[in-house]
Formats: sequence, structure tokens, C-alpha cells
Amino acid sequence: MIKPPYEPEFIGTVTKYVFVDSPNTTPQSLAVRAYEISDGVMIKETCFGMMITGTEEEVNAIITKLREIDPHHIFVKDRGFPPGDIRRCRANLGGARPGYYGHEFEMSLIRYVSKGLEAADSPQSADEQPTTVRDMKHEAGPLEVERLMTIIQEEEQ
Amino acid sequence: MADVFIYPSTSLILSDLVQRYGHTPLNVAVQIREHIQTPSIESPPLQMTPEDPKKGLKYAAVEVPSGVRGRMALFGPLIEQAEAAIIVNDADLAFGCQGCARTNELIKFLIREKSATIPVLDITYPRNDDEGIEFVREIKTFLEGLGGETS
Repeated sequence: MIKPPYEPEFIGTVTKYVFVDSPNTTPQSLAVRAYEISDGVMIKETCFGMMITGTEEEVNAIITKLREIDPHHIFVKDRGFPPGDIRRCRANLGGARPGYYGHEFEMSLIRYVSKGLEAADSPQSADEQPTTVRDMKHEAGPLEVERLMTIIQEEEQ
Repeated sequence: MADVFIYPSTSLILSDLVQRYGHTPLNVAVQIREHIQTPSIESPPLQMTPEDPKKGLKYAAVEVPSGVRGRMALFGPLIEQAEAAIIVNDADLAFGCQGCARTNELIKFLIREKSATIPVLDITYPRNDDEGIEFVREIKTFLEGLGGETS
């Protein structure tokens, strides 16, 4: 039996993932904002953010505007396949989508990167002397109660 | 604006930071996209063309696992195109079968071999806030050293 010729879809488009991990912005609110400015570009909502498919200019314009909402907590990367592609979509394959585990691993570390981005953009960071983890001397011993209370209060703010 | 190869090549964190600081991340998604949007591709769903193993042979001999040659057909041209590289060393997410594991070793070897001619940053993933601050600062300093504008 002769196979039908391969017909690619979405030629000339790019697809980008937008991830959000923020105490102030939910994937849903980000998606709503994306729909407002999408102007017909394809957007697929996901649990972690969304996928945007369109021409490179359109996608970059939307991403630039979305980043303004929460610049330190929104992350973007390219995707090779368009959303719903039968070779990757878990609706056809079952189980987790290939690539999911990589995202799961990095999303567990992304809050530290957000912290780093905040520090890099804070005005005082330019005055601080660069420190490296190797040089940091963490005091040995149990965490003091006062210090723990301070950390909890900082997190709650 | 420089073309910066990132390892792991699917890394969200590296891809975002490179783009954020005004450069082009060379990740494998771009290569995959080119492949699947080409009408002449002959064997979906594998996304391989007869030319790909030949490209891979440039980087890996016939004795190595065939998966390495197939993967190197995607990674090899990116490494050649790279004007700088960032390697994260403790990337558990890049773990895989023999093809993936050997390809990862070969990629790191080729990048380190190329480090005489292009700048390479070797780092590890952050595990706490302090390391996160240092992680971003190191990457920012490295990327600003390459020129370009912050987006």
C-alpha cells in the first residue's frame, strides 16, 4: 500500500510555550489577557500557561505584552510541534506528553530563578559585591526561631 | 545578538534567559520545527529524512548507536552555528537511554572542544534562593559580555 504523501500543517508558523509560576498571576488570567490581544492568533490554554501559534512577529508581540504583567515569573521557550499534533499530543498517545518530565523538573526550580531575576533587576544589585555560593559561609547549627518567624513573615507578604 | 547553544537543549530556564538578555537560544525545538514543516520529509512519525543519518555520520562513527547519529543530525549543525554556549551539568531531565546518554556526552565533548574558540559557561542548577541569585547573575554577566540588548 502506498502511503499518502506527508502534508505538514501550520507551515511558516512558530509555536512557543508560556509558563507562569507566580503568586500574583494565574495561568487562567494570563490566558484571558492573551485572548484580548491575540488578534486571531491560535492560543491553547494549559495548566502551566499556554501555547501560542502564529507568525514569529505575532507571537513575539503577544509574548512581549504578556511578560509586562509579571516579568520575573513568566518564562518562554520554543516548541517544535504545534498544539494537538498527533505525534505528540497525549490525547493520541496516552500518558504524559514527551517533554513533560523536563518541564516538571525545571518548574520545580523556577522559583529560584525568579528570585535571581528580581535580584538582578533590583537597583541595589549593581552596588552589591558579587558573591558566589562557594564563598558563602552558612552557619552550622539549627535554625533559630526568630529567623524562622522572619522567613515566614517574608513569605506571607 | 549572538547564537547561544544551550545544554540541555530543551531547557526552559536557559532558553528564556538567553532570549531575555537579547540573544538567540539554539534549542532543538527550532530544528524539529524545520523538519516537520518540510513537505519532503519521508517517514513520519519519525521526522527523519534519508539525509539525516548522513549528517550524523559527520559527528559519530557507524559503530556508535544509531540513535546517536540521528540525534547528532539535529544537534551537530546547532553546535557548529553556536557563537557561545551554556552548559548546565546536573541536568537530570536529560537522562535517557543509550542513544540519549551517549549523545549528551558527545554534545558536551564537542562544546568543550570548541571552547577554545567560543565562550562557554559551565554551571549547575540552583537549589535555593542564594544559588538562584548567583545562577542568574552568572548567566546575565556572561550574556552581557557577548553584546546585545535586554528584551
